Amino acid sequence: MSVDGDREVLRVEDLRVIYDTPAGPVRAVDGVSFSLRTGERMGLIGESGSGKTTLGTAIVRLHRPPARIVSGTVTVDGRDFLRASESEMRQLRMREIALIPQAAMNSLNPVMRVGDQLADGILAHEGRLGRRQLAERLARALAQVGLPGNVVGRYPHQLSGGQRQRAAMAIATALQPKIIVADEPTSALDVVVQRQVMLTLGRLQQGLHAAVLLIGHDMGLIAQFADTIGVLYAGRLVEQGPVEQLLDSPRHPYTRLLIDSLPTLDDKKALRGIPGLPPSLLNLPPGCAFAPRCPYAFERCGTETPALQAVGPAQVVACHLYPEHSELPPIGADVELPLVAPAAEPEVAVP
Amino acid sequence: MPIDYVAKRTFQLLLIVFIAVTFNFLIPRMIPGDPVESALQTKIAVSGSVSVDVQAVAAAYRAKFGLDKPLWVQYLNYWGGIFSRDLGVSLVDFPQPVIEKIQAAVPWTLGLLSLSTGIAFVLGSVLGALLAWPRAPRALHILVPPFMLLSSVPFFLLAIVLVFTFSVVVPWFPPGGGFDPVSILRFDMQTVLDVLYHAVLPALALVLGSVGFWALGMRALTISVLGEDYITFAESKGLPPQRVFLWYGMRNALLPQITSLAIALGSILSGAVLVEAIFNYPGLGGILFTAIAGKDYFVIQGIVLMLIFALALSLFVVDLIYPLVDPRIRYHA
Amino acid sequence: MSAITAMPAGGRRSYGTAALRGILRSPRLSGSLVAGLAMLGLIVLLALVGPRFVNPRLAAVGAARPSQAPSAQYVLGTDSQGRDMLTIMVLATPQTLRIGLIAGVVGMAIGLTLGLLSGFFGGAIDAVIRIVADSLMTVPNLAIMVIIAASVGHMTVELMGLTVAALAWTHPTRSIRAQVLSIRERSYVRVARANGESELGILFREVMPNLVPYIAASFVGAVSGAILAAVGLEAIGLGPNDVHTLGTTIYWSEKFSAVLRGQWWWWGPPIVAISFIFVGLFLLSSGLDRIANPKLRLRT
Repeated sequence: MSVDGDREVLRVEDLRVIYDTPAGPVRAVDGVSFSLRTGERMGLIGESGSGKTTLGTAIVRLHRPPARIVSGTVTVDGRDFLRASESEMRQLRMREIALIPQAAMNSLNPVMRVGDQLADGILAHEGRLGRRQLAERLARALAQVGLPGNVVGRYPHQLSGGQRQRAAMAIATALQPKIIVADEPTSALDVVVQRQVMLTLGRLQQGLHAAVLLIGHDMGLIAQFADTIGVLYAGRLVEQGPVEQLLDSPRHPYTRLLIDSLPTLDDKKALRGIPGLPPSLLNLPPGCAFAPRCPYAFERCGTETPALQAVGPAQVVACHLYPEHSELPPIGADVELPLVAPAAEPEVAVP
Repeated sequence: MPIDYVAKRTFQLLLIVFIAVTFNFLIPRMIPGDPVESALQTKIAVSGSVSVDVQAVAAAYRAKFGLDKPLWVQYLNYWGGIFSRDLGVSLVDFPQPVIEKIQAAVPWTLGLLSLSTGIAFVLGSVLGALLAWPRAPRALHILVPPFMLLSSVPFFLLAIVLVFTFSVVVPWFPPGGGFDPVSILRFDMQTVLDVLYHAVLPALALVLGSVGFWALGMRALTISVLGEDYITFAESKGLPPQRVFLWYGMRNALLPQITSLAIALGSILSGAVLVEAIFNYPGLGGILFTAIAGKDYFVIQGIVLMLIFALALSLFVVDLIYPLVDPRIRYHA
Repeated sequence: MSAITAMPAGGRRSYGTAALRGILRSPRLSGSLVAGLAMLGLIVLLALVGPRFVNPRLAAVGAARPSQAPSAQYVLGTDSQGRDMLTIMVLATPQTLRIGLIAGVVGMAIGLTLGLLSGFFGGAIDAVIRIVADSLMTVPNLAIMVIIAASVGHMTVELMGLTVAALAWTHPTRSIRAQVLSIRERSYVRVARANGESELGILFREVMPNLVPYIAASFVGAVSGAILAAVGLEAIGLGPNDVHTLGTTIYWSEKFSAVLRGQWWWWGPPIVAISFIFVGLFLLSSGLDRIANPKLRLRT
């Protein structure tokens, strides 16, 4: 357990992941960089097709063909994951980084008892353990997520959705990793259970003092959990910053529209979405990928891709409005027509 | 074993048997022509006696077997016969009861079939799973084209080629029969070896003909299973790849593979019957071949009935195996 | 997966056929499809054209000296009864193909109808069809067909085809039914229904066009199974007794112990021909399966 609370545990630098589809290469993750410190909670938000799950699995090199990492580094405690050998990776997984998967219904082996699935990970890393010792470890791991000891003897289908998700969390974190990557851990769960799962995740994080990368599309959910938020669009990070700053004054138009689309209890207004559809990653428009849907788009947006720049303490944004503007101009009641032609229909959906 | 699962399966078994037996009963009666008469004519022609009034004898037969009664009465009698194990008598080996012929033949078919299906299924499934695993030796993949080829050729054609190659070209194995005709069947080592010796070629025909099918099927299932999320999760635990492949991959692919077995049992049985016919193997196939040649109608009917029962029972057994390997069925949620 | 696009200005279009066109426009047709078609094409050509070039009298008993090995005069030798094997092969192959076709077409016709009815309308119709089809599928095919064939007094090629067809419809019915069930729930069907199209209209304009690849694949499968079944029945003696087919040739060769006597030219050519047909059908059906199931295509 590290005493040094401000140490960097994860650094992702210029990660690029491509899908080799029959229709051509798809740039699912297009040069993403960020870092996590011990105990930091970062949320990564994006619509479906933004490349967020690809990012999550690529970090631990569990991406599947036709996905291919083409460049970048993923440094954990000084070690570059992307250049480690396969057997080194196996050592590092679970011990250093845990992956909590999406939709745990499908992530648990249906023909194996939960206890066995908990145990085999532990045993794979720690060799033989005495029976009593193992039983204690299992009970402890389950207690950490608020599950009773008898879950050990159950099969996944005998548990409820929320229990399964928590069992998956217990399994993933049984070796007390420094980093937890949670990919949409609450999708396919109802709201009450979602809250339970998120609370469990929070407690787990605190207990382990682990850094958490929470990936999802639900801004409301993620904002409640994270300290920092990164916004992904078309495979790129378009904005990143501390959660309060982001919510109070989002700098990127996409972030603004995302926040605006959240229904609130106090301000009764018409629901607004974001016009248009996410772009086809096969045929990205030149310039800023968001320009076709952006209410602020102008000439430069259609030709030049914006780079990330600092716009405040610890906040970065990739938008041509800066640094000329200091914040986003207000959007009127009518959204202005974009000055750039809308994109073609998307053809490829990227998981 | 959940009781309602067993009950449901038992009911299905009975239903299938019921429908099949009814079909078995109706079909011959729906087709014009009288098989009994034609069988008698054949027999008389073969035995050479001319002074028999075929029509009269046929009429006597029909009366004896109730073939002149109304259809529903015949139907009931049919079921009655099945329950009392009276399937009629052989027209060729009169008056040997059909059930006797069948009882003598069943153990041979049972033995041959379980031996070959067992070997082919296990061998094929293991090979198939390995073919789907990226970490298995690449050299295994040369097996794929011959597997595809072999599985598209029917068993009995393979049987003919095997007989020619291994009985005629190189006389390593006997060309037919289940055992040495001059020996007496006893329960001793010599007899057992003799039986096995005679079983090699027929079993080989069945194994070669089906191993490709099991392998290719398991390969497809394993590929599909290896794409599942629980594989990714297992890998994210840093488990050794062999463990992931066996306990997370193959273990799950086995379930639909067993279903596949259940579905294929019917055609395997049919194929085995034909192989036995080629080899003159004293199982159901062998006596069927003889019965068809002699137009021994009741024997044919009896064998068909037996085949239906045998299959229904095998399916029932496979269905009972399923809960043992799939905990989702064993323990209802 | 195509996103539902906005309605084109010109009115309604059938999303079902659009989906079908998308499938057919896919990257090049696979090698197995082409290979299968080539093999079958060859056999069919032979079957159609061959009989014109042989003298049927050579296939009669006593036409030549019996049990001759292949020679210049009799390229495939003669059987124990003095029949020229080459002539027999040329005459027998089309008959076997005919049986397969009859059984395939009849079986497919029944299967398509029952599958559509069962899948689309559901309810009691579906239950009855499903139970009967399942029961017949679970029993050993040979058994039922043996009973039918043994009951028929005089077996002909057409009757053989019908005998096999009696069971050939079960698989297509299930397969088509499964497809219909899945198509029924697709978005374009719901859109058509919301647009007020009649159920029959939906059946013909949305469901059927998407079934075409499956119908083709099922048909090939049905023909393949039919030929297998027919050859099996013939080999044990239940074949047509008025013409030569590949299976009956094998039967006669067995009856006269041609295998034990090493007369490989008698049973060898039919086996080669049958295998050739089967492999061709198998390749064709793999190729068609790939078209019908796009996921298989991506996997190469």
